[in-house]
Amino acid sequence: MTAGDRKRLAVGLLFISPWIAGFLLFLLYPMASSFYYSLCRYPVLKPPEFIGFGNYARIIHDEYFWKALGNTAFMFIELPLMVVLGLALALLLNQAVRGMPLFRTVFYLPAIVPVVASAMLWLWIFNPEYGLANVLLTKFNLPGLRWLVDPRTSKPSFIIMDLWAVGAGMIIYLAALQGVPEHLFEAAELDGAGAWQKLIHVILPSISPVVLFMVIMGMIGLFQYFTQAWIMTNPRGGPEYSTLFYALYLFQNGFEYFRMGYACAMAWILFVVILAATVIILKFSQRWVYYEESR
Amino acid sequence: MKSKTVRRRVITAVVYALLLGFGALFFLPFLWLVSTSLKADDAVFEFPPYWIPSRKEHIKVEGRLRGVYTMEAQGEQLKVVRLRDTPAGTHLRVLEPKSRAGEEMVVKNAQLAPVRHIFFRWENYPRALKTFPFLLYTGNTLYIAILVVIGTLLSASIVAYGFSRVQWPGRDIIFILVLATMMLPDQALVLPRFIMFRHMGWIGTFKPLIVPAFFGTAFDIFLLRQFFLTLPGELSDAARIDGCSELGILWRIIVPLSMPALATVALLTFIWAWLDFMGPLVYLNDESMYTLALGLAAFLGRHGADWSGLMAAGTVVIAPIIVIFFFAQRTFIRGIALTGMKG
Repeated sequence: MTAGDRKRLAVGLLFISPWIAGFLLFLLYPMASSFYYSLCRYPVLKPPEFIGFGNYARIIHDEYFWKALGNTAFMFIELPLMVVLGLALALLLNQAVRGMPLFRTVFYLPAIVPVVASAMLWLWIFNPEYGLANVLLTKFNLPGLRWLVDPRTSKPSFIIMDLWAVGAGMIIYLAALQGVPEHLFEAAELDGAGAWQKLIHVILPSISPVVLFMVIMGMIGLFQYFTQAWIMTNPRGGPEYSTLFYALYLFQNGFEYFRMGYACAMAWILFVVILAATVIILKFSQRWVYYEESR
Repeated sequence: MKSKTVRRRVITAVVYALLLGFGALFFLPFLWLVSTSLKADDAVFEFPPYWIPSRKEHIKVEGRLRGVYTMEAQGEQLKVVRLRDTPAGTHLRVLEPKSRAGEEMVVKNAQLAPVRHIFFRWENYPRALKTFPFLLYTGNTLYIAILVVIGTLLSASIVAYGFSRVQWPGRDIIFILVLATMMLPDQALVLPRFIMFRHMGWIGTFKPLIVPAFFGTAFDIFLLRQFFLTLPGELSDAARIDGCSELGILWRIIVPLSMPALATVALLTFIWAWLDFMGPLVYLNDESMYTLALGLAAFLGRHGADWSGLMAAGTVVIAPIIVIFFFAQRTFIRGIALTGMKG
């Protein structure tokens, strides 16, 4: 290492030092300490007491843990729906017709509504007696549903609400679509490709890295599903524990039942599950994600 | 050639049909929000509902408020007031037409349609805003959001500079670590952070919500780094030759050239801080320190059946975000384009 290298290293480290400090203080330390707490009985008000892997053993036999994991797994139906709908709408908004800026804004607006406000709004939409959802169903001569109050429809209700905010992903797909290099389309047209073939052979491969990114972030987001369930279900996680999602149960263990050690163990299981899911998604992505040769 | 223009037109028509159909689906909940927020209580609980807030006409007859209806009798349209129901039928008094006014009748199985008038109950808004200290909570939220924006701008630009404008061994490997931290679920970190902040005596203060922003968040560092990389390296080289320090280069050259990217970071951070729910929920415990999101949730918990009031409060919280979005659309979209850039 030359003197110049050493000087640049010092300067570089100096500039990123706020991040290093934050990383140690707000990330690494909490992660390490939560691993220690996960090995303790820790009722918050009393100091932690080391018990080994007892929390993990109890989690395996906790039927609510499995219920919460199952409920969270159910929500993964949302992931392909979000990708397909987001992409389809982005393709629609990428058409050159008049008035498009207005449509783009309307499609995107739900994505910027604060979660608390949209949870409140949808609670009213899903009202079994007077809600908009049942108004629409009766318009089509369908029987009204009990939505969030019925364990069979509570999770699908959440999925419908989330799809309303599909604009968040859609706008990113739209940006990706506009970045597809023009010369690829020209080449496809020279080969006589139709619209469908262009979609399959040009558009989808070009934006596949963005789709991968969105799938991973969407997956992480679903494991963290919390605010909606916290606000919209009463009792929380109901009816019949059908909306007891992983993050909700974790939060309740920590802050309502004061089982901090137990909750930290759940957090660590979550880390591992997310890491495993990411690895699996990345592994399978090699089959469908196309990276342009680096220039 | 002709078939091609026909085809083109059909496609355009289909595109518009889809745009309008989906547009209606996305927009309907907003209409429902505003419509409910302006309704009187009896209009809120009507099924099927009326989209335009209205109320039934009542007049005072014989000391009591009674409903006004229209009905058809022998081909004539009558406006009547319903006096009472008896086993013999409904007792009515005619109001219109004038020629028959005052006439009373008893009708069996009368087909009565209530007379409605458009009525916007604006008081829902002041009433909703009085149920929780709206201004105080807005002030708290603004205070937190502004400090978070300042902290993020300072720290993220300094750190991003270190990851883009200075060449040093190991830089890009550490940057991958920065990106990897984006994948750690906040929900899982919130417990140990809570314990840590409790030891520091920060629970019940704004500090846990504000201070971490001064250490740079991965997403903002990433965004700014992407932008800094697009600026030509010769700018820095020239300044270095002139004896400018690295911090001076950042402050005098990079920052002025990066205003659009900094505006994007400021906007996204502000909105994120404005919307955050879990942070305030965990770290704040005194109601006088609540943010808007917490206040709204508490309002919902306490007045769960006051739908017109809740929708009014919701409208007040949502409206500024939509206004900001309209005025800052370009800044917003630029951020999305930046995240899509390859680094």
